[in-house]
Amino acid sequence: MQETPVLPKPDALSSAGCATCPMNRHLARLGVNVDNWDYVVALAGNPNTGKSTVFNALTGLRQHTGNWPGKTVARAEGGFEFGDKRFKLVDLPGTYSLLASSVDEEIARDFILFGQPDVTVIVADATRLERNLNLVLQILEITDQVVVCLNLMDEAKRHGLMVDDRRLARDLGVPVVPTVARRGTGIPELLQAVHDVATGAVKLRPRRLRTTQNEALDKAVATLTAQIEAAFPGLPNARWVALRLLDGDASIERAIRDGSLGDLSRGERVAAPDERLRVAEVSA
Amino acid sequence: MSTGSADLLSTARALRAELGEGLHDTLVEALYTDAARLADRAVTRPGERPRFDLDRTLDRLLTSRTWGFPIMGLLFTLVFWITIAGSNVPSSLLATLLVDTLHPALKSGADALGVPWWLSGVALDGAYLATAWVVSVMLPPMAIFFPLFTLLEDFGYLPRVAFNLDRLFSRAGAHGKQALSMMMGFGCNAAGVVSTRVIDSPRERLIAIITNNFAICNGRWPTLIMVSTLFIGSAVPAALAGVVSAAAVVGVAVLGVGITFVVSWALSRTMLKGQASVFSLELPPYRPPRILQTLYTSVIDRTLIVLSRAVTMSLPAGIVIWTISNVTLGGASIAEHLIDLFNPVGLLLGLNGVVLLAYLVAIPANEIIIPTILMLTVLSTGLTGVGQGAGVMFELESGSAIKDILHAGGWTTLTAINLMLFSLIHNPCSTTILTIYNETKSLKWTAVATLLPLGLGFAVTLTTATIARALGLV
Repeated sequence: MQETPVLPKPDALSSAGCATCPMNRHLARLGVNVDNWDYVVALAGNPNTGKSTVFNALTGLRQHTGNWPGKTVARAEGGFEFGDKRFKLVDLPGTYSLLASSVDEEIARDFILFGQPDVTVIVADATRLERNLNLVLQILEITDQVVVCLNLMDEAKRHGLMVDDRRLARDLGVPVVPTVARRGTGIPELLQAVHDVATGAVKLRPRRLRTTQNEALDKAVATLTAQIEAAFPGLPNARWVALRLLDGDASIERAIRDGSLGDLSRGERVAAPDERLRVAEVSA
Repeated sequence: MSTGSADLLSTARALRAELGEGLHDTLVEALYTDAARLADRAVTRPGERPRFDLDRTLDRLLTSRTWGFPIMGLLFTLVFWITIAGSNVPSSLLATLLVDTLHPALKSGADALGVPWWLSGVALDGAYLATAWVVSVMLPPMAIFFPLFTLLEDFGYLPRVAFNLDRLFSRAGAHGKQALSMMMGFGCNAAGVVSTRVIDSPRERLIAIITNNFAICNGRWPTLIMVSTLFIGSAVPAALAGVVSAAAVVGVAVLGVGITFVVSWALSRTMLKGQASVFSLELPPYRPPRILQTLYTSVIDRTLIVLSRAVTMSLPAGIVIWTISNVTLGGASIAEHLIDLFNPVGLLLGLNGVVLLAYLVAIPANEIIIPTILMLTVLSTGLTGVGQGAGVMFELESGSAIKDILHAGGWTTLTAINLMLFSLIHNPCSTTILTIYNETKSLKWTAVATLLPLGLGFAVTLTTATIARALGLV
């Protein structure tokens, strides 16, 4: 891990002055024109958290958004330019977890794991923080490069909830940006945070569970993690891979067998398998 | 595979065996506990909870066993009534402008320039009129229907509909999320077929794809609305006409939902056997709809895109109609030969040859069924003094004139009802068929999805026609 972990400064990220900061004039929405990007940004989140709205706000695309879970059924891509850098934004299917129990979850997880996005923005519903944090914690096990977009802050207020984004940022160890995406509130701050994480301007210290409160399991995880780190030096998420293997995750076993996990440890992007939605194999 | 990887996998297997069952639950539990702790630290609820929780009260009402379905019916009837009542005036204004004023002007302009008769026939009487008709008939209802539907969607009502229908779908052996793809199908079946991707099980996804066509797409609404207004609305006092026609249209739509259940049930017991899988459907919080945003997306994303598709499809169809009506073989036009060919079957089904030919010509776009039927009827009955002549698409000023033509073509109330039924139950349009192939990559399932509704349509219309004849109604 990094020697000098510097906590993100959420107070700086969410200050109202950002809206008028000259830096923000650099946002150029590129629509679907995403050639020659400098960074890849993945957009993850539970269904119905306003993920598509954030996607549209950043890219200027008008992907239809609907107030129901499962609206985004395929991966959508768009682009934007900010602070002289070009970003490719990939909208992943909305999921509640990354345990790969459905096609959507597998697509989202494979992209975060093998696509190695430079930043993963997790859109979280401020009114249902607990359920949304389940996904955030799972993603933090896979990648360090995370920005949490705490969306629907207006709804939270309407429900009488006060969400302390600064405390959350400290606890999670990654930037947390409160937004109201449908009104564009907080989008400049979100862009700045994505930019800073992508360029390495802020160093992150993501929260990772070190214990499962189960001694036998902890020991098994430690054994396996050590072996994985030996076999795949440089793999950023050996502990998570160990947990998945112990859980009997078939697709991770496959990734080890066919060498794609090895590619990952050498820092190569592995093409995420697409066209998983075929149904023709069903026999009558 | 390197030896390191093989060792790794065997170690993992050994450790897993050692740890035994319940590991997955332990992991998930640890995760949830951590998430709950973090959320608890970050969220505070100052003061009391609001005494009246609007969301919960609304949910209780909208998904109630007693009130859920009646409210659903009322809401959709209201939407269609607003659509039918609201689009009358702009539709006739557009028709006056595009058809009654602009078309003769273009014709005389073409004559003055010495354009050959066949060219002005194909271009103006065929392509232009077909397009003008589609624009004037489809634009106003779509511009009203889509924003209303999108408002309901934005507000969060559709998942409640899915919730209400879920029990019925699972009883039919289908996936509850099929309710969502069906909702999309009410806008456009091609979009509905694509949206079945939310269903993970391939078996249930195929059921959803095959039955999506029973959700009436916007291309079919104008046909239903017009026939219902002319033949069913006119049978009741004028004051009730609007409501009764809207109710008839909703009736056909509800029948479509019923057929969806029956066909899903039959498929899951024959070709696609299996159990319905369990899923959790989140009822998202209600959100105040963004009116302007909704207007924008539904006008740009839906109305104009659907309209442009209809226009692109009606251009070549208009040319085909004009051509088959004006090219003669052995003293009669191709269209007349085809109508004679289809007539025996058509009449048996309580329809006629004209309707069947119209559905053949209109495979690319359901939108042009009515103008095609009118034009072919005039042609086959040899009526004079209406419209602009053989093979010319036209819009008539008043509903009663259309009714007169259809009566001359041998139309009865049975023909009207069976046309509405056939409009609901027939093969998908060519775009949807192509989409089904793209989604399934299977010729077999594409063929099933195409031919099953067609066969069912023949069976249903044959049944109603036989019953009507047996009762001596026709």
